[in-house]
Amino acid sequence: MAKIFTVLLQLIFFILAAPFLSGFIAKIKNNLRMRKGAGIFQPYYNLAKLFSKAEVVSETASWIFRASPFAVIASTLAAACLIPVFIFSAPMHMMGDFLALIFIFALGRFFMALAALDAGSPFGGMGSSREMFISSLVEPALCLVVFAVALQFGSTDISVIGGMGAVPVSSVVAAIALLLIIIAETSRLPVDNQETHLELTMIHEAMILEYSGRSLALIELASYIKQMVWFFLLARLVFPIGLAGFISLAQGAGWILWYLARIAVIAVIVALIEVAAAKMRLFRAADFLGFAFVLGVIAVVCAILGV
Amino acid sequence: MANFLAKQLFLFDPLSLFFLVVICIVSLPSAVYSFGYLKGEYSSKKIIVAWFLLFAFVLTMALVVSVRNAFAFLVAWEIMSLVSYFFVVFDSKHDKSIQAGLIYIVMTHAGTAFLTAAFLIMHKYAHSFDFFAIRNACQVMPAQIKNIIFLLLLIGFGTKAGIVPMHIWLPYAHPQAPSHISSIMSGVMIKTAIYGIIRFVIFILGVSSSWWGQLVLVLAAATCFAGIIYALMEGNDIKRLLAYSSVENIGIILLGVGLAMFFISMGLPYLAVFSLIAGLYHLINHAIFKGLLFLCAGSVYKATGTRDIEKLGGLIKKMPQTAVYFLIGAMAISALPPLNGFVSEWLTLQAFFLGALNAAGGAKLFLVICAAMLALTGGLAAACFVKAFGITFLALPRSHYVVNAKEVSLSMRAGMLFLSALTVIFGLAAVLVIKILTKVAAAATGIDTNSMSFQLNNFILNPQSAKSIYLSVPLIALVLVVLGIVSFAVYNLCRKKTQVSQTWGCGYYRLGPRNEYTATAFSKPFRIAFSFFLLPYRKTQKIRETFYHVKSFSYETHTTSVFKKYIYLPVIAWIFKSAKFMRKIQPGSIHLYLSYIFLTAFLLIMFMNKF
Repeated sequence: MAKIFTVLLQLIFFILAAPFLSGFIAKIKNNLRMRKGAGIFQPYYNLAKLFSKAEVVSETASWIFRASPFAVIASTLAAACLIPVFIFSAPMHMMGDFLALIFIFALGRFFMALAALDAGSPFGGMGSSREMFISSLVEPALCLVVFAVALQFGSTDISVIGGMGAVPVSSVVAAIALLLIIIAETSRLPVDNQETHLELTMIHEAMILEYSGRSLALIELASYIKQMVWFFLLARLVFPIGLAGFISLAQGAGWILWYLARIAVIAVIVALIEVAAAKMRLFRAADFLGFAFVLGVIAVVCAILGV
Repeated sequence: MANFLAKQLFLFDPLSLFFLVVICIVSLPSAVYSFGYLKGEYSSKKIIVAWFLLFAFVLTMALVVSVRNAFAFLVAWEIMSLVSYFFVVFDSKHDKSIQAGLIYIVMTHAGTAFLTAAFLIMHKYAHSFDFFAIRNACQVMPAQIKNIIFLLLLIGFGTKAGIVPMHIWLPYAHPQAPSHISSIMSGVMIKTAIYGIIRFVIFILGVSSSWWGQLVLVLAAATCFAGIIYALMEGNDIKRLLAYSSVENIGIILLGVGLAMFFISMGLPYLAVFSLIAGLYHLINHAIFKGLLFLCAGSVYKATGTRDIEKLGGLIKKMPQTAVYFLIGAMAISALPPLNGFVSEWLTLQAFFLGALNAAGGAKLFLVICAAMLALTGGLAAACFVKAFGITFLALPRSHYVVNAKEVSLSMRAGMLFLSALTVIFGLAAVLVIKILTKVAAAATGIDTNSMSFQLNNFILNPQSAKSIYLSVPLIALVLVVLGIVSFAVYNLCRKKTQVSQTWGCGYYRLGPRNEYTATAFSKPFRIAFSFFLLPYRKTQKIRETFYHVKSFSYETHTTSVFKKYIYLPVIAWIFKSAKFMRKIQPGSIHLYLSYIFLTAFLLIMFMNKF
């Protein structure tokens, strides 16, 4: 019972906090660009607005189009169960490991790509094709990252990743590779651009172009949560866990602050990259992810050498 | 007599029984399916022939996996190949079938020739064709001979399995057979070659050097990649796409088998059993979902009369049930949880990880790179099946073929339903399947597995790694379903109206099927990114009325098969060249022929004299 409670708590945390992270990154970007920009809570307003609006569904679409938002949000939340957030092991760590996480994300992506084809708009097809292209290139690099980390810590279970003391070199290299992967997976510059609706450059946005209202809200929420899941994984890789247990309340509070600060640091880095980078051509993304792959190989070699 | 036969001719150990189960599990629904499929498609005489051949086919496959005598094996193998040849040329009115049949029969006999050579060498040492006699003889066989036998067996069985570069016949032959046979050929027949590799290389020959496993791994990784990238490019024929995907999946199965061989030679029995379980699990999974997908493709063909997916689209509304079955098959083959393909691909990746964890030195990196290849293949497979399902079933119909399409008959749906249910069952009951497969792997490798445990309660667990690794497919399924239901409930809580309207077309209000994305367009990014392998050819032509007005635009693209271009065409050219040379000594002159006879007789007498 306590376990189910922890899982629920974690899921609610993800649902409530994930939009904030996106707003936070957008705010940093706006500040760096000397813009005033929208408030930090804008994603919440967007979600509230979308939930209260009527929905338009294409007449050519089938049940795949209507069912996909649920598949996307369910798979993303299922992946969120696998991440250790405030306790040391994930609340549902017996459900699956790091590899299973990749497959669970793939489930949501599969339905998203199908839904994009369903409306019969060329943009949807374009987005679907590009998304599957990017994700199939992400897969080998991600596999290397998982293997490097797992070789270092002796298991693919996410809960064992990360240590108390110094961070091994392999984890740092793997984390850089993972950062590139996260940029591609969360459709950020230079691979994709969340802010544009220019038809020829968008990937993720092209896939969800036909969605509106509540369905769009679910998909947006899923993207926020997915981003947060990745950030937590990256934080786990590159920062020491810190504290073994709660000794005093003040220490516990300090630890939670440190935990959140790490996410904030990653958010700032991602925002800086987005501000500094220009959008790549789609086929340059192959080089970008090829670089992540090479970093992954280096991480594996480091892990084999035991450093 | 019966007892004698059972003892001397047949062998029903767990490995054979496992393959018999695989054969039954696909053949049964395919046979049921063929009731509806054959009706109206062929004349009643041909239907009788088809049934006869089907029984012969299934029976010979069963013989192949259950005899205990290399000679009987070869006979059964040959009959199996011939019967399947008749199925390839079953639609003999198409030129394509005849051509496919020719390629198939040439390749399969080339493979059989290698097998025959291997068996004869074995017989030379064992003085018997009995499996166990050969097995005993192999214990004392020189390493060199063992290596030669291994290579012969690998080429021989590899041809049937479709390992690159011997896969060339597979995408021709499988699509041409009637769909219920395609499903058996892709689902089961090519697996008999995997049986051959496990039975003859692992069980009889015994893996003696570590390069065997490495060679199989490299070939398997290449097979995975080549198979799926060609499947992804294939847009004109859905059955050809599935056939190429079979090549990929054979690669994944062989990754498991190759890993097992590698670990046996490294002296890591636990991992060898684990890898073989992964390979065998993927084998039965592939039999199930590829059988299912071929049946679905057959239903689409039956309903529309075309296999060209560029001409299809919107079938989900016309054939809702077939669409669901195809979707389940596509999800399973893309390794999506909680279906069966996910479990076996996860196991294979885990086998790689545990291998990398326990192997020494450079082998670690080798295994990790192989695993990365597998991951790339997985990503491409998902893209391939998004394309296959999305273009065939979703959006608007692209041609008149779809307009009159109807849901297929009950017997056909029953076959598909059975296999769809199995994909779910084999996903959820992973622990049970692994328990059974442990026995099969133990029988195949001769390793005692009593002390090995691969699962605890309902969770798969690996005690070989320092820390436990968990995977619970039922739990994943439960979480997904619960979260899906909850989000659906939340969605329905805010009751807002949903209106149905046109697809947004940037202000263009007549979006039609011509505006849809096509399969060729879908695969374009892959064609460009992997152009080093695919060697794409592209030609565009504008036909202008005036300088300013383009009347029509033609676009042509295709990819070049590197294997055909650099291996098969040179070999064929060489054969023709040598045939031309040989023609010179056969000019048709009776005098010359008489002198040949004289010369031969003379040489023979000389030869006899010498001994």
